[in-house]
Parts: sequence; C-alpha cells; structure tokens
Amino acid sequence: MEIPTIVGAGLIVIGAGLGIGKIGGSAMDAIARQPEASGKIQTAMLIAAALIEGIGFAALFAS
Amino acid sequence: MQKPFYFKIFLVAALLLGGNIFAKENNHPVEESKGSLKAEIKEFIGHHLLDSHDFTLYTVDEEKNEHVGFPLPVILWDNGLKVFSSSKFHHGASVAEVDGNYYALNHGKIVKTDAEGTISYDEHHHATNEKPLDFSITKNVVFILLVAILMFFMFTKMAKSYKNSALPKGMGRLLEPVVLYIRDDIAIPNIGKKHYKRYMSYLLTVFFFIWIINLLGLTPLGVNVTNNIAVTLALALLTYLITTFTANKNYWKHIFWMPDVPVFMKLVLAPIELLGTIIKPFSLMIRLYANITAGHVVLMSILGMMFIFKNWIGSPLSFGLAFALSLLELLVAALQAYIFTMLSALYFGSAVEEHHDH
Amino acid sequence: MDKLIEQFSFGLFFWQLLLFVGLLLLLRKFAWKPILNAVEDREDGIKNALEAAENAKREMQNLQADNDKLLKEARAEREAMLKEAREIKEKMISDSKEQAQAEGDKIIKQAQAAIESEKKAALADIKNQVGNLSVEIAEKVIKEQLSDKDKQLKLVENLLGDIKLN
Repeated sequence: MEIPTIVGAGLIVIGAGLGIGKIGGSAMDAIARQPEASGKIQTAMLIAAALIEGIGFAALFAS
Repeated sequence: MQKPFYFKIFLVAALLLGGNIFAKENNHPVEESKGSLKAEIKEFIGHHLLDSHDFTLYTVDEEKNEHVGFPLPVILWDNGLKVFSSSKFHHGASVAEVDGNYYALNHGKIVKTDAEGTISYDEHHHATNEKPLDFSITKNVVFILLVAILMFFMFTKMAKSYKNSALPKGMGRLLEPVVLYIRDDIAIPNIGKKHYKRYMSYLLTVFFFIWIINLLGLTPLGVNVTNNIAVTLALALLTYLITTFTANKNYWKHIFWMPDVPVFMKLVLAPIELLGTIIKPFSLMIRLYANITAGHVVLMSILGMMFIFKNWIGSPLSFGLAFALSLLELLVAALQAYIFTMLSALYFGSAVEEHHDH
Repeated sequence: MDKLIEQFSFGLFFWQLLLFVGLLLLLRKFAWKPILNAVEDREDGIKNALEAAENAKREMQNLQADNDKLLKEARAEREAMLKEAREIKEKMISDSKEQAQAEGDKIIKQAQAAIESEKKAALADIKNQVGNLSVEIAEKVIKEQLSDKDKQLKLVENLLGDIKLN
C-alpha cells in the first residue's frame, strides 16, 4: 500500500512545529532568566527558527 | 516639498485605474464546466498565485470573459524577437497569431500551438507543446518595476534631505531608523565593523525591496511577486554570488580543507561544506517563496470560506479570522524581509571572517 | 518540487535580476552612499561634540584646580608679604628707636657741652663784669679819696700792696 504524500507533509509539519516550538520555549526561558539579553536571544531564536522552517519547507516541496 | 511626491503617487494610481476605461473588454465566452463552489475557489486561489500576462484588477463576469484591467506587452524569443500585446490572448480565450506562429496561454504560460490552439498533455497533465523563451512584461514585472521606481524616488529624496540638515525630512524620518537598524543590528554584528560597508547597499536594497513588495502583495491589487520561485531565486542567487565572490582565503580553507581535523574528516567534510554553500541560498529562496505562498493560500482559503458558509455565524467568523491573519501577514512581510537580510548578512559574515586561532 | 520547476518562469527571473541589480546599483550611487555617509558624519559629529564637551569639562576642572592653586599661592604670598612687612616695620621701629636714642644722647651731650661752655663763658663774663664793676666802684671810691694827695698816695700804696697780694 502506498502512503499518500499528504501523510509525509503532516509528519514534516509536526516535526518542524515541534522544533520551532522548542526553540520558542527555550527562548522564552532564556529571556525570563536574562531579560536584558532579550534582543540577542530573539535574533538567535529567529535565525534558528528560520533554518528549521527552511528545512521544513524544502521537505514539504519535495514530498 | 511633499506635494510633488504625493502627486507622483496619485499619477500612478490614476494611470492604474484610468486604464480600466480603455481596457474594458467584452469577449468570447469561455466554455468551462462550472464546478462546485469549492472547486471554483480553489481554482481562483491557484489563478491568484500565478503570474499573468495582463493586468486584471477584477473580473466583472467570468462567463462572458469580462475583465477590468489593461493588457501588457508580451516579448517572446522564438527564432527572433516577437513583441505583441497580451490583449491578443483575450485572457487566455483565444490564440494569438504573430508572424505565422500561433501562441496560446496554458495556466499562465505561453506555449506554441497551431491555429486551433490545441494543447497536448502528457500523463502528468503537463503540456508537451514547445515553450518559447518568455521575456514578457508580466504583471509581476510591472510591479517589480513600480517598486524599483518607488524605492528610487523614496531613497534619493531621503538622500537629498540630508544635504540641507543633519536630520532627514519627511519619509526619511520614518526610514532612517530602519536603515540604522539594518546597519547596527544586522550588518555590524554579523559581518563585523571592518567589512560591513561593502555589503550595506545590497542588504538595504534587498530588505526594502522584499518588504515593500510583500506589503504590496497584501493589497487588493493581488500581486504577489515574492511567491514566484523565479524572483526568490534571483535574490538568493545574488546572495550566493556576493558571498562567493567576496569570500576570503579563510572561507575557502574552511570549505575545502577544514583546519584542525584529521585528514580523513577533511575529505568527508569538503563535499558537505561545498554542498552547504549551495543549500544556504537555496533555503533562502525556498523560505521566502514558501512563506509568502503559504500566507496567501491560507488567507484566500479563509476568505473563500466566507462564500462557502453563507450564514450569519460562519461568514463573520471567517472574516474576523481573515482580518487577524492579514495582520499576521503584515508581520510576516516584514519578518521575511528581515530573515532574508539577516541570513544574507550571516553568510557574508562567514565569507569575510578573519582567521581565528581555534 | 515538480510544481516548482513547472512554475519557474525564466522571463520573470531575467527581469527580476536585471531590475534588481539596476536598482541596487542606482540606489548605491544615489541613495545609500549619501545616506550612510550623512548618518555617519552626523554620528561622528555627535561623538566629537561629546568628546569636546568632555574635554572642556575636564579642562574646566583643571582650570578650577589651577585657580584654586593660584589662589592658595597668592594667599600664601600675601601672608608672607604681610609678615615680612610686619617684620620690616618692627625692625624699622626698633632701628629708629635706637637711632633716636643715639641722636638724643648725642644732642643731650652736645647740649651739656654747650651748657658747660656757656657756663664757663658766663662765669668768665661775670668775672669780667665783676672786675669792671669793681674797677668802676674802685674808681669812684678812689676818685673821692683821691681828692687830696695824701689819700692818693696812700691808695696807691694800698693798691700796690693788693697787687702784690694777687
């Protein structure tokens, strides 16, 4: 039986969502711990999230 | 001082809207099987995402092929340059005949065909007709040009306002913090104080270009330039080229002969790193494209739901949702511009990084 | 992925590249360079102004310190001068006192000497006067007594006898 590609897309979204969620959560923790470094943390968070997002999209289009 | 600028904008708007009067067409009705509402919405979204060869502001009557807008020039390279107006296609309803060649529109693409406009498809439902090289001034090209002109006037005006005083006037007041943000928070931390000046022009241009064109995509004009893979490819390619051509010895050394690792690892790492240099701009391209496309698809789907529900609970709900999502898209428009600029700066930074003793 | 490749439009790619590079070059020449230079100049200006203000402040403080120092020195000098003047005054006073004393002594001595000599002169004068008076008295007495010859001779003899006594 062939698995439809939409299932793969769903898996990708789950994975990317978990990854970005983890980054966001960690960033929140970090900001709570060091509010004065929030600017730098946000930048790092956005970059990391963007990288995961890129991989997620690449996989989505490949599926 | 402000008046001429607003006048220009007014002129552009007047040109855009004034075109309607001359371009109203009432042409051959299309024989299309009218599917269900859902299918229609789906098709509309699909159509919305595509580039088009004529500037359609809105459709008066789909059945009668009545659209409001104006045609744009079509430029083809097919054994010689062929230039004609896109009105010849009648919004895809008819075959255009130029110098004995016949062209037809197939899903927004121009294909070469015969006098009857037959298009043959393969098993994947792709047209197998010959495709001429298409350099047409499409709707998206028009908007790229408009944004380019707008940016040119906006920023040269801002530059001029510095001549008289140390503080800018008008638009410059708004734009200067953004320019400074790109310099102080994107370029300098990522590239370094020594080299950042070389890249400032590119970073600023790419940021404002993506931002403005993304914002224009949210207007009812219905253009979404950055949801074309060709546009994002061009931008990512520039980032790649600039990274590659300004890279120093240290950068190449880290790619081909990673220092401080065993020789075996060096051999393994070299192809991975080399691939990485291509994956980086590739991910830039995909990210921008996919974010804008996804935003438009979701937004239009929710808008479409309004017509599916057609009741007093569902429609306002989807309207509210669409409104909230539009606000989110405003953020995404700026965020994607920021991410693209940020990552470009990061790659430039890695290209000019000085050698550190590990 | 197929959809992406299918959707790729070379014309749009070409125009985007052309227009974007054109825009980039134009903006670099006419906008970014002037804007960034102006901003940089302004920032440099602000930085310089701040530095100058800081320097001025420091100089001011130095000046203040200098002033204080000068004032202190001046005060000390004044004190010293006053002290010196007081010393000089005292010295002068004592000197003049001594001098006056000496002068006074000298004057007194001179006066005493003068008085002595005056006294002598006066005594001598009185002796003369007394002599003259006695001579005159004697004359008168003698004139009366010498009205006759005998008396004259007797007187002469007496006188002579007196002179011998002298």
